[in-house]
Amino acid sequence: MIVIARLTVRELVRRRVVWVLAALTILSVALVAWGLDRLVSLARANGTNELEIRIGVSQVLIMIAFMFSFVLAMTAAFVGAPAIGGDLESGVALAILARPLRRAEVLLGRWLGSAVIVVAYTIASGVLAIVVAIQVSGYGPPDPILAVAFLSGQALVLLTLTLALGSVLPSIAAGAIAVVGFGLGWMAGVLAGVAAALGVATLGQVAEVSRWIFPSDGLWRGVIYGLEPPLVVMLATGNLPRFADANPFYATAPPPLPFVLWSIVWIALVLGLSSWWFERRDL
Amino acid sequence: MSTPAIEFDGITKTYGRTTALDDLSLRVGRGELVGLLGPNGAGKTTAIKLVLGLVRPTSGTGRVLGAPIGDRAARSRIGYLPELFRYQPWLRAREVLTLHAELAGVAPARRMAAADEALDQVGLTERADDPVSGFSKGMQQRLGLGVALLGQPELILLDEPTSALDPVGRTDVRAIVRAARDRGATVILNSHLLTEVERVCDRVVILHRGRAIASGPLDEVVAADGVRLRVDDLDDGGRASLARFGPVSFDGEWLSIRPLEAARIPDVVAAVVAAGGRVHAVEPGRGSLEARFLELVTAPSEESA
Repeated sequence: MIVIARLTVRELVRRRVVWVLAALTILSVALVAWGLDRLVSLARANGTNELEIRIGVSQVLIMIAFMFSFVLAMTAAFVGAPAIGGDLESGVALAILARPLRRAEVLLGRWLGSAVIVVAYTIASGVLAIVVAIQVSGYGPPDPILAVAFLSGQALVLLTLTLALGSVLPSIAAGAIAVVGFGLGWMAGVLAGVAAALGVATLGQVAEVSRWIFPSDGLWRGVIYGLEPPLVVMLATGNLPRFADANPFYATAPPPLPFVLWSIVWIALVLGLSSWWFERRDL
Repeated sequence: MSTPAIEFDGITKTYGRTTALDDLSLRVGRGELVGLLGPNGAGKTTAIKLVLGLVRPTSGTGRVLGAPIGDRAARSRIGYLPELFRYQPWLRAREVLTLHAELAGVAPARRMAAADEALDQVGLTERADDPVSGFSKGMQQRLGLGVALLGQPELILLDEPTSALDPVGRTDVRAIVRAARDRGATVILNSHLLTEVERVCDRVVILHRGRAIASGPLDEVVAADGVRLRVDDLDDGGRASLARFGPVSFDGEWLSIRPLEAARIPDVVAAVVAAGGRVHAVEPGRGSLEARFLELVTAPSEESA
């Protein structure tokens, strides 16, 4: 498994995926720095008080994180889909799988190598963006480590789904399904919140169940919670708690521990199932 | 060493409604160089993939190097060149070989030497540090052959090993295959190029519609020399008189005698003329694997007869 993981990392470096991601990180962090600097400078020039500026910066940071979570989903899909599917389609996998190793080792090795790159990209980009925000505006999110950890978890969920689908379906189909799944998962999360706010219990339950089936959106809530200033949470929950939960960019509480544990189990289950299927598949 | 290299016992493999192998029984002894022949879709590639566990039999059993087919430990003693050969284009040739040496379980201290030996065998030493992405199809096939030969495996499965090679490359492959057999390896050569098979193999197995329709030493399977004549005005007595040359068959105006030494063809013509027949055409037929192959695969099947 480790041989295949190393091979995957080497592939992503040699094929310049890592360098492209590094360049995109620098570019996006530079844009964040410039945007926040302009926002804070102009707001201060207008006489806006510091509390309002900090709340504004926190909301911009959450929006950036949301955009970044989408970029991560795409990255995970592009990296994960061809990891097994592409090798099967090109024929590269035949020579490898004829060697004395289990197919599960190949699948898990591909997952591990891809996960290392995707998580490293998430951490590097997330930490840099937060550091830049602190430097420029003076605002620091309450729990940046939690936010980056949940963002990494979300990327891993996407990567796992894409890679698993790629062992069964053509890689393009696997990537497309994962990206659509990401979008639908987010929509289900929004629907769950709105349904709860309006007291539509049945719909709320359906949407909540979908969050557990595909835990991407649930983990996103953890990202928001890590970035949201406590004051905003306090104001929102104090005034209209039900409606605060309906907003996809607010989180009044981190994802419960059982959900976090379930997300880990979910990744293991999907990898286990796809390994089982892949092991039995004719090549 | 007494167990056969490959043993199939009534293996059937279906893909949906398509039957790729139909109750195939096969035995390949250690140290044999066997040609696996058959028209497109005969089941040759499926048979090879079954040996490696890349596909599973629908029914039947098989053993490879004394272990059940697909056995992981046995796979460390098998070299394989797939028909659809592609290697990581972002690796260098030597890196592909060291990767496979590692996957095959070659000791770390031996990996580089094993890779260099394989590169030397397939004539890629000078391109060892070039990226595979810059390789022609023929060079990629040479690399694939090197991967299959890596670590001196006991069983070498070559699925169309010369499909992308020029005549020089084909000659090289023949030499490589013979050298592998000479060191005691069992080699299965799956090829459409019957002349290649004829030149190197000890034994052939001809597959057709998933069944082995002929199997045995090359000289037993290959058709013998003979002759075809187009004649008319030959009465029954004249026809009967030709039996002294060998087995005679008639197809309209054509008569065939096989086996027949080429030197006796003028005697046959003289006998036909002496019996009152008029000879319009004489086609000496050299015995060849190709002639026998065509005879077998174009013969009407039992079901359609």
